[in-house]
Amino acid sequence: MSEKILQIENLTVNFDGFRALNNLNFSLDTGELRVIIGPNGAGKTTFLDVITGKTKPTTGQVTFKGKSIKGNVEYQIARLGVGRKFQTPRIYLNLTPRENLELSCNRYKNVWNALFGKPSSAERRTVAGLIETIGLETKADLKAALLSHGEKQRLEIGMLVAQSPDLLLVDEPVAGLTDEETENVGNLLLALAESHSIIVIEHDMEFVRQIARKVTVLHQGTVLCEGSMDEVQNDPRVIEVYLGKQEDDHAAA
Amino acid sequence: MILAHRSLEAGSLQLEIKLVDALIQSKPKARQRLLLEAGIVAAIALLLLFVIPPILVGSGQGFRVNLLGRYLALAIAALGIDLIWGFTGILSLGHGVFFALGGYSLAMFLLLQLPDGQLPDFFSPYGVTELPWLWQPFYSLPFTLFAIVFIPTIVAAILGYLVFRNRIRGVYFSILTQAALIVFFNFFNGQQKLINGTNGLKTDTATIFGQTVSSPPIQAFLYTLTILLLVGGYALSRWLTSGRSGRLLVAVRDDEARMRFSGYDPTMFKVLVFAISAGLAGIAGALYTVQSGIITPQAMNIAFSIEMVIWVAVGGRATIVGAILGTLIVNFAKSILSEQYAQIWYFFQGGLFLIVVTVLPGGILGWLREDGVRLVRSQINKRRPLQTYPSLEEDPDVQYERKNLTNRESDR
Repeated sequence: MSEKILQIENLTVNFDGFRALNNLNFSLDTGELRVIIGPNGAGKTTFLDVITGKTKPTTGQVTFKGKSIKGNVEYQIARLGVGRKFQTPRIYLNLTPRENLELSCNRYKNVWNALFGKPSSAERRTVAGLIETIGLETKADLKAALLSHGEKQRLEIGMLVAQSPDLLLVDEPVAGLTDEETENVGNLLLALAESHSIIVIEHDMEFVRQIARKVTVLHQGTVLCEGSMDEVQNDPRVIEVYLGKQEDDHAAA
Repeated sequence: MILAHRSLEAGSLQLEIKLVDALIQSKPKARQRLLLEAGIVAAIALLLLFVIPPILVGSGQGFRVNLLGRYLALAIAALGIDLIWGFTGILSLGHGVFFALGGYSLAMFLLLQLPDGQLPDFFSPYGVTELPWLWQPFYSLPFTLFAIVFIPTIVAAILGYLVFRNRIRGVYFSILTQAALIVFFNFFNGQQKLINGTNGLKTDTATIFGQTVSSPPIQAFLYTLTILLLVGGYALSRWLTSGRSGRLLVAVRDDEARMRFSGYDPTMFKVLVFAISAGLAGIAGALYTVQSGIITPQAMNIAFSIEMVIWVAVGGRATIVGAILGTLIVNFAKSILSEQYAQIWYFFQGGLFLIVVTVLPGGILGWLREDGVRLVRSQINKRRPLQTYPSLEEDPDVQYERKNLTNRESDR
C-alpha cells in the first residue's frame, strides 16, 4: 500500500502576485486518510482547486495515479477518479436524492448515453444501497431542496461515493452540523476510508481527532508540518501559527 | 438511520424484492400515464384539426383559423425556448435569428417555383440578372427541408459551443444572443441584391403544386402540417425532459459546477439543447412565414425574441404545455386587444410580464398546479398535500429555515 496515489511537487499558484500556494510538496499513499488543517487563508481550498483542475497551477505539477493531470479540465479529472465534496453542500436541489445519486453513479457520462441510456439494474442496486448507507431511505423520492443541511451533506458524500472515485476530496464536511451529525459523518468517512484514499479539510479539532491518522498543517501556502495528531499538536511552529491567529480560528469554527 | 457502511451484497436480496415490487407497480402505471397523455394530445390535435376551424368559419371568424395556425407555429418556437430557458435555465434572447433562418429558407424555395430561366420579381429593380449562388441549392425541396431545421441547428451549435466552452453564462449569455440578433438583423437588412433587404421575401403570391401559397387548400394543408409538427415538437420536448437527459438538464440549471466535478461536461449538453431549440425555432419560422405570407428582417426584431420568452413565462416555465398555452393566450390577447384599441397592446404586454414575474412566477400552469389545487382543496376543507411530515411542514420555524438556510453560493 505504499504506492502513491497523489503526488504534488513544487506547486505554486499565483493570483496576481499573491501566492495562494507557495512551492508546496505533498504526497498521499493509496488507501490513506489524510486530514489537512491550517488557519484561514492557508491555501487549503486552493489546494483542492488545483487537484480538481478548477485552478491551473502557475508552476509545479500534480501527479495522480502516476500520470500528470496537466491540461485536463474538471470533468476529465473527475473521470480519472477524483471526487470532490464542497464546503457547502452542492447537490441538484430540484432532483430527488435518488436521481442525484443516479446521475453520479452513471458510468457513461456522454450526451449519447444521456439521451438513449437507461440506468442498469446494477446501478439501481448501487443507488439503493447508497441511500441506505447515507440514511435517506424515507426521503429518497422527495426533492433534495427539502432536505436538512446535514442530510444534504450526507447526500453529497453519497454522490461522491456513487461516482466511485479512487480519491475523495472532502472540504469541511461538518461545518454547520450538530455534534451527533458530526459523529455520523465521521463514521461515514472512516467507513469509506477502508476502500478509498481520502483527503479531508477541516477546522473542527474534535472532529479531526475523531478521524485523523495523519495530519498535514498548511500555512501560507506551504506545508508547515506533517505527522500524527499528537505530534502536530505539540509542534512549536503549529502552536505559534495557531495561537498567533487564534481569533481567526474561532471565527472559522 | 443506518450509517454504518454496509456491503452491498448483504442487503441486495431484500433490495431485489423491493425493486421487483417497484417495477411491478410502476411500469404499468408509467405506461398507462403515457398512453393517457398521448390520448389527450391526440384528442386536442383532432379538436384543432376538425372541430375548431368549422366553428370559427361558421361564426364568421374564418380569418382566425389562419391566426390560430400562425400562433400554433409560434408555439413550436416557444417549445424550444422552454427547453433552453425553462428546463436548462439559459436565457436566450436571440431566437429570432433561428426563426428567421427557417423562414427565409422556405421563402427562398417558394420564390424559386418559377418557369426555367426566370428570376424572382424583386431582383429586377436591383439589376440582378443571374441567380446568386446562395439561392441555387433552394431549387431542391429536400435541401430546403434540411435547411429549415439544420441551418438554425448548426448555427446555434457553433455559436453555443464557442460561448459555452468559455463558460459564459447568465446575463452575459443573454447579452451575447442579443448581439448576435443585431448582427444578423443588420446583415439581412443590408442585403438588397441578395434577399431583398428590409422588404423581405413575399411568399403569398408564390406558387406551389400549381396553386398560390395563400390559396385555401394550401393554407389548410399548412394548418394541418403545423399541428402535426407541434405534436411532434411536444413529443420531442417530453422525451428530452424525461428520464436521464431531463435530469441532466435540471442539473445544468441547478449546479453546473457539481456536474463538472461529477465527470459530466456541461458544455456538450448545453450545446445540444441550444441546437435543438434553434431547430424548433427554424421550423416555427418556416411555418409562420408561409401562413402570414411574408418574412422580413423584422423577425429578428429584438422585441420579438423577448416576446417569445414572455409567452413561456406566462404559460409557465419548464412545463412544456405552458409554452404552447402561453403562446396562444398572449398572441390571441394581442390580436383581439389591438383590434379594439390599436395602441394599448404594448402597455398590456408590459403589464402582463410584470404580473407574471411578481405574482405568478410559475406562470399560469405553475399557478394551477400549485396554488390552484391548494385553493380548491382549502375550499372543500381538505388539508394541503404534504411532502414530508405534518410536524415538519406545518411548523413555521422549520419552514423559515427551509426558506432562508438553503444552499448558499459561497464557493461557486
